[in-house]
Amino acid sequence: MSLFDSKFSTACPGCGQEIAAKIVVDIAGKNTIISNATGCLEVFSSKYPDSAWKVPWVHSLFENSAAVASGVEAALKHLGKLKDIKVIAQAGDGGTADIGLQALSGMFERGQEILFCCYDNEAYENTGVQRSGLTPLNTNTTTTPPGKESVGNTRPKKPMLEICAAHKIPYVASASIGFIKDLKDKVKKALSIRGPKYLQIFVPCPLGWRHGPELTMKIAKLAVETGLYPLVEFENGKLTSAMKIPQPKPVEEYLKLQGRFKHLLKNKQELQRIEETAKANIESFGL
Amino acid sequence: MKRFLEGSRGVAEAIRLCKPGVISAYPITPQTHIVEDLAQFVADGELKTEFVNVESEHSAASVVLGALATGVRAFTATSSQGLLLMGEVIYNIAGMRLPLVLTCANRAVSAPISIWNDHQDSLAMRDTGWIQLYAENNQEALDFHIQAYKLAENKEIMLPVMVCMDGYILTHGYEPVDIPEQKKVDQFLPPYNTSYKLDPSHPITMGHLAEPSCYMETRVDIQNALNRALEMIPQIAKEFGTVFERNSGGLVESYRLEDAQYVLVAKGSLAGTIKEVVDNLRKKGKKVGMLRIITYRPLPVEAIYQALKNIPNVGIVEKAISLGAFGPLFTEIKAIFQNKKGNPKISGFVAGLGGRDITRETVERIFSKIEKRQMDLEFIDVKQERLNEFVRF
Repeated sequence: MSLFDSKFSTACPGCGQEIAAKIVVDIAGKNTIISNATGCLEVFSSKYPDSAWKVPWVHSLFENSAAVASGVEAALKHLGKLKDIKVIAQAGDGGTADIGLQALSGMFERGQEILFCCYDNEAYENTGVQRSGLTPLNTNTTTTPPGKESVGNTRPKKPMLEICAAHKIPYVASASIGFIKDLKDKVKKALSIRGPKYLQIFVPCPLGWRHGPELTMKIAKLAVETGLYPLVEFENGKLTSAMKIPQPKPVEEYLKLQGRFKHLLKNKQELQRIEETAKANIESFGL
Repeated sequence: MKRFLEGSRGVAEAIRLCKPGVISAYPITPQTHIVEDLAQFVADGELKTEFVNVESEHSAASVVLGALATGVRAFTATSSQGLLLMGEVIYNIAGMRLPLVLTCANRAVSAPISIWNDHQDSLAMRDTGWIQLYAENNQEALDFHIQAYKLAENKEIMLPVMVCMDGYILTHGYEPVDIPEQKKVDQFLPPYNTSYKLDPSHPITMGHLAEPSCYMETRVDIQNALNRALEMIPQIAKEFGTVFERNSGGLVESYRLEDAQYVLVAKGSLAGTIKEVVDNLRKKGKKVGMLRIITYRPLPVEAIYQALKNIPNVGIVEKAISLGAFGPLFTEIKAIFQNKKGNPKISGFVAGLGGRDITRETVERIFSKIEKRQMDLEFIDVKQERLNEFVRF
């Protein structure tokens, strides 16, 4: 039986975050305590008096899931229970890379025994699809709408994996729900390593990205296969693995399935910039 | 054992005796000496606690929140901007019913930046559901922390307590204080034990999403718990007196009120100065007295009413201002007397903002003001000539 009971979840059909969160908790097992940031996952899983969580789970605020987890970890250490109980902090991309970045950096620097999972759906979906620091270049969000003077989000994704790796923590990795076995292996590996760990999981959002719920897994695969979302691992600050894509797919195949990129399809110049992003990833990570 | 100690050290000694499992704090003047002393206790093996150094007060408050959610007693201390930065978590801790004890080394708030004492920081947190106690001297500061844990962790209360002590005046002032024996503290304060915690053998969800159908009751429940605290605080003070053979704590302190005609109301260390002035004026035949608010939240409405109902002239002296309105305590004490028998003339005075000294002479002047007429708001010892310039920073 899953430790995430979907019966008490109000997630949208095809929600990638729900799929990923369920995998993470089930691999972690029942001796786990989760600290969850404010966001979609928190809202759809904890509506009073119900809860989807079959492990002890705490939600405090938006930016502090890493700090709350740090308190849980310190308390377990004090009680002599840290060997037996795993601590996971989790948040969306905004709660991780924007408002939660300071607390996350503090948790890394303290060397605490915590796995931090970022469910990256590339925007503030819970509040109505506003851009975050992990929103890709040229994306149409409600705060970066395309128009006469704009083609959407003006900046590329914040390089969170490199930022985390620069802390020289034991393990940093990216995964996608499009590659379930790889995701599961990385969760297992992360939980087997002592110290702070960071896992960023690509999770499509049908509502915010404007695609059919049946396309979630396909899009989650294509993001990786085009080179736009590299699946990599860093250990102690060094790149140690990257999932190879010997024949990268054209980015249009990925973009055309999503309403958030629809405005780009006839814009050759901007399409070229996206293609260049993929190429740069392929080169720098050796995909 | 009596020792001549800095106020901050006294608080650190109290916390050592209360044995929190997790301490987390971020440096801010004038709170720093408290956590420095605690860090040294941990370094010397005198206190078995996880001391978590963090990158902000927001995280300090979040770390102790997480520790309490895991069922472990915790402590933090802060001041001024630090308390304001914690603000979001301050509400959260009360809403989640976690019995944190926090020292607020009271300090003014920016801008302009000022490291000196007033009560604007803790007053900004008065509506959060926290219990607030104000110490007059270093012995009280020490004692209140021990009482605070007992109060916060009471199953009928389960709310955080902020022990407020005047920055510099108390935190950096040396006074003889009695440090209780560990044995007696253990007798008074049992270990923190709760079933409301993150525990894999009994998994619970904490921090639910509340729809309109259930949010309001959470606030009523805190209000009810705070009302119970009004009964509990004097009981705890009494028990403290029995175990430690010293009077400390409670809701209010009446000082020479029996036949008083003119009474000042104050919180914190200012009460010490007022007591001296009262004694001097009494020698000159003036019928003066003082009421000290020890517990500010919950507001001890009945105790204040009983203490002041037969006093013809009352002046509230406070180190805080609700800008655009009045002193907060003034407004509240006025409200207590609305539609009640006995109706003292109540005046409001705001003094000592940003560390401006409130001397005995200042207090004497305030006494003479309430002899003359009632006023809702007067700022004390303001340099009028400064107001002709642009007072902008």
